[in-house]
Amino acid sequence: MTDVVTLFEISALNAEYAAAIDADRLEDWPDFFHPDCLYKITTADNVAKGYQAGIVYADTQAMLRDRVAALRQANIYERQRYRHILGLPRLTEGPEGAILSDTSFLVVRTMREGQMDVFAVGAYRDILRRDPSGAWRFVERIAICDSPRFDTLLAIPL
Amino acid sequence: MDQSARDLANDRSMGHWPEGLTRVPYWVYRDPDVARDEQARLFEGPAWHFLCLDIDLPDIGDYRTTMVGAMPVVVSRAEDGGIAAFENRCAHRGALICLDDAGKGKDFHCIYHAWRYDLRGNLKSIAFRHGVNGKGGMPENFDMAAHGPRKLRVTVVCGLVFGTLSEEAPDFETYVGPEVMARLRRVLHKKLEVIGRFTQPLPCNWKLYMENVRDTYHASLLHTFFTTFRITRLSQGGGVMVGANGVAHASTTLAAPPGPDDTYAGMRSDNQGFQLEDPSFMASVAEFGDNIQLQILSIFPGFILQQIHNALAIRQIVPRGVDKMDLNWTYIGFADDTPELRNMRLKQGNLAGPAGLVSMEDGAVGGFVQRGIAAANEEDSILEMGGASAETSETRATEASVRGFWKAWRAHMDI
Repeated sequence: MTDVVTLFEISALNAEYAAAIDADRLEDWPDFFHPDCLYKITTADNVAKGYQAGIVYADTQAMLRDRVAALRQANIYERQRYRHILGLPRLTEGPEGAILSDTSFLVVRTMREGQMDVFAVGAYRDILRRDPSGAWRFVERIAICDSPRFDTLLAIPL
Repeated sequence: MDQSARDLANDRSMGHWPEGLTRVPYWVYRDPDVARDEQARLFEGPAWHFLCLDIDLPDIGDYRTTMVGAMPVVVSRAEDGGIAAFENRCAHRGALICLDDAGKGKDFHCIYHAWRYDLRGNLKSIAFRHGVNGKGGMPENFDMAAHGPRKLRVTVVCGLVFGTLSEEAPDFETYVGPEVMARLRRVLHKKLEVIGRFTQPLPCNWKLYMENVRDTYHASLLHTFFTTFRITRLSQGGGVMVGANGVAHASTTLAAPPGPDDTYAGMRSDNQGFQLEDPSFMASVAEFGDNIQLQILSIFPGFILQQIHNALAIRQIVPRGVDKMDLNWTYIGFADDTPELRNMRLKQGNLAGPAGLVSMEDGAVGGFVQRGIAAANEEDSILEMGGASAETSETRATEASVRGFWKAWRAHMDI
């Protein structure tokens, strides 16, 4: 059983994480992770079958920064933004002070011309530990989408 | 559109769609009559269609469902160990026979009225065939053998299962041609393993995506990531091969020579200052015994095999109406991958796919054309890069394999 303070802290972390992405502060996004981490976007079907691949698969924080740099400097995509709607994290205690967290997400994508779509729905399956400053950071964040479908392209991370 | 595609083509045969392969009229991407004709002439015609992997059906009774154009299809491992494929449509009232992506059973029952099929799609029994208490039932002379879903010819090549409804289609290897068959065997040379599946709906006519796959000219111009990190540049070695009938293509890029390259100086895609903080995911091994760093292979109308470094994937095109399609991705490795090589594939998975650092633009660019041509029924696109033919070429600064696509398309469509 985790305490209410931890629940509050991790809920606040999730809120900050979503706000960074939704406000296009992508440069802040890698800072939510430990230097050695795993960030993956996959689907419920792939998880159920034990398939390891993700459409995004980063095993270092530097890879996350590279992805942001690529989005800013290399990739071309039509202007769009996300709005993350998050559920309350469901926490369990992991080994050696780690926290395991599951949080539902719903992401609405709004395109340049105003079209809005439910772009992704699913749950984050997270492992968190405190960094040296005492702040919770993701050791692992797997975004598990309920649908196998990713419309047109996924540029901005979930 | 008021006129059918064929009428338009005939009306314009002297002018609007000239002889040759260097012009494509935009109505081919928009006309519902073209889409209906394609279903009959391509997807149900003498062409071969990717169905699934051999390893998807390890045991007798295993099945997968897939699509051949608009036609739902069941692929199953039959009692004799062979693979069968048949339309996923009950002979009785047309309901889907199989309702899941994959599964296993001794036979297939339509849930609607419990008509039962064996693993090859043969109708084996009809519920209440003889009625109840001597009343009702099917006529005595109803011939079960004469009723069933349409069956596909099936071939298994390099662990891939292809099918066709047509008796006239040439055998698969003749259809593909020896040059590209060798390229297929180069990659798919041992037992495969699926490592992920994703579907990417695209807002464009399916042909725009297949043209993009065959378009060796765009790769280093649209995709900055490629050029910046020298994964491919037109100035790197390589080339494009196109089968004589236009059905198959394979483009290759050789590993880059060392030293600076100014071929793209001043173009948007040139960005020599862009450095990766963690280049570990660009490390790759030459696992196919050659220096081909990248190979993209396609088989008309809807199959693509990707090798980008060690990122291997199969892509299947499924048209969903005239201006939509699904791209079904199967990320693969080999069963004997070392943990290190498997990890390389997972990390290089970032290069392609819906979130591909190299190629995410491919998801959108077909939609940009689809939207751009909304009022261009009288206009044509231009395919003159590298000449007018659809032949194998030692440069990738050519649209030869796109012209090859149209060569195959027009032959099948009789336009």
